[in-house]
Amino acid sequence: MSTSNSNLSPQTRIALYRQMVRIRKFEEKTHELYKAGRLTGMSPHLCIGEEASAVGVISALNPDDYILSTHRGHGHCLAKGAEMGKMYAELYGKETGYCRGRGGSMHIADVAQGNLGANGIVGAGLPIALGAGFSIQKRGTKQVVACFFGDAATNQGAFHEAMNMSKAFHLPVVWVCENNLYGLSTPIEKVAATRTLSDRAKGYAMPGITVDGMDVEAVRAVAEGAVSLARGGGGPTLLEVRTYRYFGHGASDHRPYRTREEEQGWWKRCPVANYRARLLAEGVATEAELAALEQEIDAEVEAGVAFAQSSPDPNPQESTLYVYTEG
Amino acid sequence: MAEKTFREAIIEAMAEEMRRDERVVLIGEDVGRFGGAMGASKGLFQEFGPSRVIDTPISEAAIIGSALGMALTGQRPIAELMFIDFAGVCMDQILNQVAKVRYMLGGQVKVPLVIRTQGGAGKGYAAQHSQSLEAWFTHVPGLKVVMPATPRDAKGLLKSAIRDDNPVMFIEHKLLYNNKGEVPEDPEFLIPLGKAEVKREGSDLTIVSHSRQVLNCLEAAEELSNQGIEAEVIDLRTLRPMDFDAVRASVEKTGRLVTVEEGYPQCGIGAEVVARIAEQCFESLDMPPIRIASKDTPIPFARVLEQETLPSPRRIVETVLAARRWVRRPQDQRLAV
Repeated sequence: MSTSNSNLSPQTRIALYRQMVRIRKFEEKTHELYKAGRLTGMSPHLCIGEEASAVGVISALNPDDYILSTHRGHGHCLAKGAEMGKMYAELYGKETGYCRGRGGSMHIADVAQGNLGANGIVGAGLPIALGAGFSIQKRGTKQVVACFFGDAATNQGAFHEAMNMSKAFHLPVVWVCENNLYGLSTPIEKVAATRTLSDRAKGYAMPGITVDGMDVEAVRAVAEGAVSLARGGGGPTLLEVRTYRYFGHGASDHRPYRTREEEQGWWKRCPVANYRARLLAEGVATEAELAALEQEIDAEVEAGVAFAQSSPDPNPQESTLYVYTEG
Repeated sequence: MAEKTFREAIIEAMAEEMRRDERVVLIGEDVGRFGGAMGASKGLFQEFGPSRVIDTPISEAAIIGSALGMALTGQRPIAELMFIDFAGVCMDQILNQVAKVRYMLGGQVKVPLVIRTQGGAGKGYAAQHSQSLEAWFTHVPGLKVVMPATPRDAKGLLKSAIRDDNPVMFIEHKLLYNNKGEVPEDPEFLIPLGKAEVKREGSDLTIVSHSRQVLNCLEAAEELSNQGIEAEVIDLRTLRPMDFDAVRASVEKTGRLVTVEEGYPQCGIGAEVVARIAEQCFESLDMPPIRIASKDTPIPFARVLEQETLPSPRRIVETVLAARRWVRRPQDQRLAV
């Protein structure tokens, strides 16, 4: 057994790996289903390559903490405790989906698990996170809100309003900027005033930290610090998680704006494959144990898809249900 | 019952609901120590403190987003948007977030949230602080839209809006705040959303209006009465859901429909009322419906120009009298004065 500089228990490290594999395999199947024409609507925004961000941050939260997610949100949703079957059912537009087929890929969330919603509008979740923070402050419940958004959201006005207000009111929020380098086709470095997005925290007098988003333990470590600060009343932190989406913005994006060499370079840093290798090298698990874990997740994926496929469509007569709360 | 101003009725409604339910929170610009730009939250900060009356920066998207986040996590927020014109800087939060989150999540959440805002012209505030944008919001499923005309209605409707589990745009006309009227003091006095009220009964003509223009319609109705025409004035009070039944019942009685609003004519509230009546009781109409609205222009600054763009009692009277040529049945004496 080689030495490890990790301070996490083997159990925790395997749990992190398991959660990343769940996300990776969920998304690979989603991609396959979409290419096969099984899923309708806008092509799903896959988070393959970004697993360490969702898992690293959310593993640093308590179950009753809140998150807000994005259009690239399947990973956040799974990491916050969602079931694959109800997620696939939502992708299929089935009545058994988390949103009963009313939301689809960009809106999957299990609110009961503290996921206050994914969002189809870039940057729109940030102002909503403030409100969750105000609720916590008013109740004095010591919860924390982790709000995910992409690099492109940092150029939206809502980002700046929310950053300012979170600090002015010392709200218990962790801002998680998943910098995957591109807003659809536009490189963030061409349209952002700062090279390092965490530098934007300086303008709001809050800590700004950039972390390697391909290393789940590194993400978790900085997230734990930010969560602990927020929980203790120390206010918000801006985390910039440097990551990469291996696929396009959506399935129809063939990535003419970047080279295959660039992509191959990032594949060498794959958060899932490298963590697997590390767990083996450090003797945390055996090849057989990890293979068994992966098989379990394959079975979870298959069962989830089967559940979705065998589920009923929503009743067309109920298309206006849930517009209002009645009574 | 006590005589109170519209402003006092608004404050009283919020204070009573905040005493009744500690989840009710007010958030907005200058709503705290200052008491609101229109003075419509005076005293609340002093009574309820900074965790329930939150003074924000000038960040409208953050205000509406904060209210939504609070609503999703167990509070019952009232967000004050100082001028309805500022909806332009937080429309995403209203349109794409507040109005849709319950539906998009398949009913997983309730959104008990009131956006109190203030609109309308008549004070020389020019084009960016005088608009009547209520028709925008009535277009959006997921929102309710309320626009009271009297202190009594303001109190009863605002209390109902705060107790409602849905997002409500509660729009106050800036010229109404100092108006006085009888206001019930019973803390359980509520006016249900979605119910119009006949503010004046009449047999010859139905005038449908909302907010401050209701007062102009009542004044016009007195003048018409002097000329032998008895107008029924219906105050919609809630614009979404709209009480078409009340309008239809009146039109079936009078056979004539006039709509009056301070918003713009194209795709306005009057357009909707007329369309519904045409669909539902066309055969009851004895003359083509008439829509009276503001002129199709940004609101000008100069008083003479501003007054010219807005509906007035005189314009309502003149428009109705000019329409007498449309009386088709010679035996119908109702308008033949």
